[in-house]
Amino acid sequence: MEHAAVIEMTSIRKAQHAAVIRSFLLVFPLVGYLIVFFVAPLCLVLLYSFYSPEVSRAFPLTSQQIDRWQGPDIPDSDTYLALAADLLNPESEFLVGEAARRLNYEISGFRTVISRTKRNLAAADISNPAALKEEVIRADPHWGEVRYWAAFKRATSTVTPYYFLAALDLEVNGTGGISPVPEDRRIFVSTFLRSIWIAATVTLICLVLGYPLAYALISLRPEFSALLMFSVLLPFWTSLLVRTTAWIVVLSQEGIINSLLTGAAIVDAPLNLVFNRTGVFITMVHVLLPFMVLPILSVMRGVSSTYMKASSSLGAHPVRGFLSVYLPLTMPGIGAGCMMTFIIAVGYYVTPLLVGGGGDNMISYFIAFYTNETINWGMAAAIGLILLATVLVLYASLGKLIGVSKIVGLN
Amino acid sequence: MLRNCYNTGAGALACVIALALSLPAASQELTIVGAGGALQDAERKAFFEPFAEQFKVKVVEDTYTGEMAKVRAMVMANQVTWDVMQIDSTEMLRGCEEGLFEKLDWSKIANRDDFLPGATSDCGAGAFAWGFVTSYDKTKMAEGPKSWADFFDLKKFPGKRGVRATARLTLETALFADGVPASEVYQVLATPEGVDRAFAKLDEIKAETVFWGSGAESIERLVAGDVAITTTFNGRVTAANQKGKDLAIHWDGQIYGQDYWGIVKGSPRLELAEQFIKFASTPEIQKEFPKYITYGILNKKGIELVDPSLLADMPTAPENLKSATALSSEFWADYGEELEERFKAWQAK
Repeated sequence: MEHAAVIEMTSIRKAQHAAVIRSFLLVFPLVGYLIVFFVAPLCLVLLYSFYSPEVSRAFPLTSQQIDRWQGPDIPDSDTYLALAADLLNPESEFLVGEAARRLNYEISGFRTVISRTKRNLAAADISNPAALKEEVIRADPHWGEVRYWAAFKRATSTVTPYYFLAALDLEVNGTGGISPVPEDRRIFVSTFLRSIWIAATVTLICLVLGYPLAYALISLRPEFSALLMFSVLLPFWTSLLVRTTAWIVVLSQEGIINSLLTGAAIVDAPLNLVFNRTGVFITMVHVLLPFMVLPILSVMRGVSSTYMKASSSLGAHPVRGFLSVYLPLTMPGIGAGCMMTFIIAVGYYVTPLLVGGGGDNMISYFIAFYTNETINWGMAAAIGLILLATVLVLYASLGKLIGVSKIVGLN
Repeated sequence: MLRNCYNTGAGALACVIALALSLPAASQELTIVGAGGALQDAERKAFFEPFAEQFKVKVVEDTYTGEMAKVRAMVMANQVTWDVMQIDSTEMLRGCEEGLFEKLDWSKIANRDDFLPGATSDCGAGAFAWGFVTSYDKTKMAEGPKSWADFFDLKKFPGKRGVRATARLTLETALFADGVPASEVYQVLATPEGVDRAFAKLDEIKAETVFWGSGAESIERLVAGDVAITTTFNGRVTAANQKGKDLAIHWDGQIYGQDYWGIVKGSPRLELAEQFIKFASTPEIQKEFPKYITYGILNKKGIELVDPSLLADMPTAPENLKSATALSSEFWADYGEELEERFKAWQAK
């Protein structure tokens, strides 16, 4: 008897073991896919946010020399010799181009200093090494300024805090300390906060509109509910740009809404509904509403109507019943909907760019700007990483508050 | 080949593969990348189709919206699928220095002196020029602004202003309005005081400003009445007028810039790509371009050949060039990033 039980236990354990292996094998392709196509490239991109070997790669000799230089005077003539040698090295032609871009982040205009020096040195007489220092300074007088050499030295380090500092509106000041950039150049922190604020507001509006809507969808007669569902999903079926442009037509000064309002004499002058924050909210809520409605709907479908009946048969007022029975039961849907809406909203930038005003830019705009337009991948990676960290922190704190399993809808 | 496949009864799959492999060899291909829209339609008619015809080549087209990231990735991975590209001047300058584009052998292409000053570079040949101008709706405003100072004068010309949402082009106009002569504008803008001055001028109209991103947007907003006066690109205005609108162009003080034809570094069809640029640089071919879109051409001999009725709408027409400023790609390659950031900060304030 006892023996049989032991055998049974072992076989159960074996079966469980096999199940674990089987399920692992089943998800293995997905995990592998994620690692190869998502995690690895992501890490690689994030590497750009602090790894910048451009200058030391293009100017190996100068980097060595400048390493010993401490200021406050300009470097010795050996450094200038190394600079000329690096610049005129035909093999590093394209490396110098990349390095010039990196140096230009330190001081605007450094790019031209490099190309001008290179051009003039190539044409100058550099047979006498003793006079080379003067020759380099003649090629571009900026090489006689300590400021440029200090920037050069900072840029030769392959690991740089520059991008993260810049993404937080900070910079390395003249004394080597970290200080905020001048006020008229501060932009990223406020844009981060604005993105979070816009995303949170949009999420809230979506929740207020989406929750009753989801309830209506499960309680209405099937034909109505199908029609309503169709209207909810309609934004999914059109391109983002088309939807946004359509909203501009509807909301503009001589658009449909303003024509109706002024025509019916409800308002005297057309309302400013677009190219400001109002336009951003209206458009984003429309686009993101399905992401709120669908998770709530799927949870509501699983809540039997008998619970509410039971609560009222026990004497609870419908409001009480809603607050203590229905709302807690649909919480996973709310959590998942809010999380999804927020995460998607915080990454928006095309819509705010099109329907917003000057003060409605969101942080992803800058990620796209640096990735595509200026190819400053370091900056793009730093902003991206900070955004990722922000979302993770929010996710974790919300998870603490209402439970991770509830947010992801496992409970 | 196809018949062989039928007759020999070889494996179907093998035949398909063989056919697929034989295709590129059958006719030469050249991939040309433009900015899409009406511009690329015009380029197709003026350049691509005649080139394909004359050289018996298949021109494959692609479009991009200025993402140099893709070009850089192609060059870095040595997987170059774009051969010839239309590139804006700042990207041309930087890309040429960073080795994203092939250095052109000008002896094979054209005489550089035939082009307007600055219209050629080591890696690029001028493709076309655009003018940055002011425009207003003549049906709504009888008398419009006559200068950049007027554009910034809300008392004289009340109403919302359409302003490009970038530092590039907008800061120049602010300095013009503040009395900086065209010849000094980039020197002034290179100093912190000059930048402050430009932003101070922009502050004067900020409350009445609506920003636009694409050229199409600027005209849409003008036509919709969301703005009274806007800055815009000249080609957009003419295109709208051809569709029955009555919009004015004010050429005085225009800023003109240009795009180039360039060859992506490592293009496997270098020779054919050079042939295309040579072809697109000839006066006889260039003179056709303004028929399809009212941008300027850059070959001086070509400008002489252009139909006089089209000349008035062209930014590179002698009359329109009189008080024009050439956009400095050098300046924007150096200061672009810093000033765009500051512009965004200013916008958000």
